[in-house]
Amino acid sequence: MLECREITKTYGRKTAVDHVSLQIQPGRIYAMLGPNGSGKTTLMKMAVGLVKPTSGGFYYNGRPVGQNSRREIAYMSTEPYFYPWMTVGDVGKYYRDFFEDFSQEKYESLLKRMELTPDLKAKALSSGMMAKLKIAVTMARNARVYLLDEPLNGIDLLARDDIIASVIEAAEQDVSLVISSHLVDELERVADEAIFMKESHLVDVCGVEELRMTQGKSVVDRYREIYGHGGEQKWEN
Amino acid sequence: MEFNPALPIYLQVMTMIKRDIVTGELKPGEKLPSVRDMAVEFAVNPNTVSRVYRELESEGICYTKRGMGTFVTEEPEVVGRLKAEMAGELMDQFLEGMKRLGIPGEEVIQMVKERTGC
Repeated sequence: MLECREITKTYGRKTAVDHVSLQIQPGRIYAMLGPNGSGKTTLMKMAVGLVKPTSGGFYYNGRPVGQNSRREIAYMSTEPYFYPWMTVGDVGKYYRDFFEDFSQEKYESLLKRMELTPDLKAKALSSGMMAKLKIAVTMARNARVYLLDEPLNGIDLLARDDIIASVIEAAEQDVSLVISSHLVDELERVADEAIFMKESHLVDVCGVEELRMTQGKSVVDRYREIYGHGGEQKWEN
Repeated sequence: MEFNPALPIYLQVMTMIKRDIVTGELKPGEKLPSVRDMAVEFAVNPNTVSRVYRELESEGICYTKRGMGTFVTEEPEVVGRLKAEMAGELMDQFLEGMKRLGIPGEEVIQMVKERTGC
């Protein structure tokens, strides 16, 4: 299990994540929701040790995250991280060198599903194809936890369908998936739980089927409750 | 596949499977897709599909053979039961709608007769 306890990150006078405690259980899919700047990316980066918390910490199976959890936790960032001269095949090789849990076989089957071929040049890819490539190369790892930061951002509906289907397909039993998005309805039917972040705080974590059953509300309805009523003013910091 | 996001997804998937059984799209004894394949096909959470299979099993509509998968029941009365159940639900919705419009029962019967030519 991946968890953080009272984790905080400040940059100068700005607080990006403020005393967040959260548990990510195996075998569940989490939708991490919240507007841009609410702390989602910083939280994910701390989970893989790319950002050092100011206080508190992230733990994987009880131990602080770091070198030992590197092969258990896969992270897909929003930044493009391939060299433009690379082909889709090169990207796979590059990953294979970095991560010992990378499966070439899984990569090839994901590429097929995403209709990408190894000879395509990274710089020639459309934004939708690039998004698919990032998913393919991340999900090709045999990790226990996958953290996907905004995988659906800026791509068309059909590419989104492909991405959601391949994420479900590639996630083996008992792995955890955390998918961040500000496109709330896209994750409505895929998530077990919704994590709501607002202004660097964790506001709520709720089971989405439970929400529908006990309150007759969709995730979108809950999102409106949390972020509506003029809650937008404070986002600039 | 469109779902109503404010209603439990597992109930909506269950309804779809029941409808397929009633229409014969799914035959008695037929194997249902694996949880993962079903989740991918409907683009829903795999735990939701597991729950669908569990609930269908507890209602006697499906059964699981260990290591083999989940199958549609071969009990002949189940299709009839499902059909009656679904027809009842449609009828409730229809009558409820007519009532809200203030159309009396007699008139509803007349309208149905005209429509169906009975």
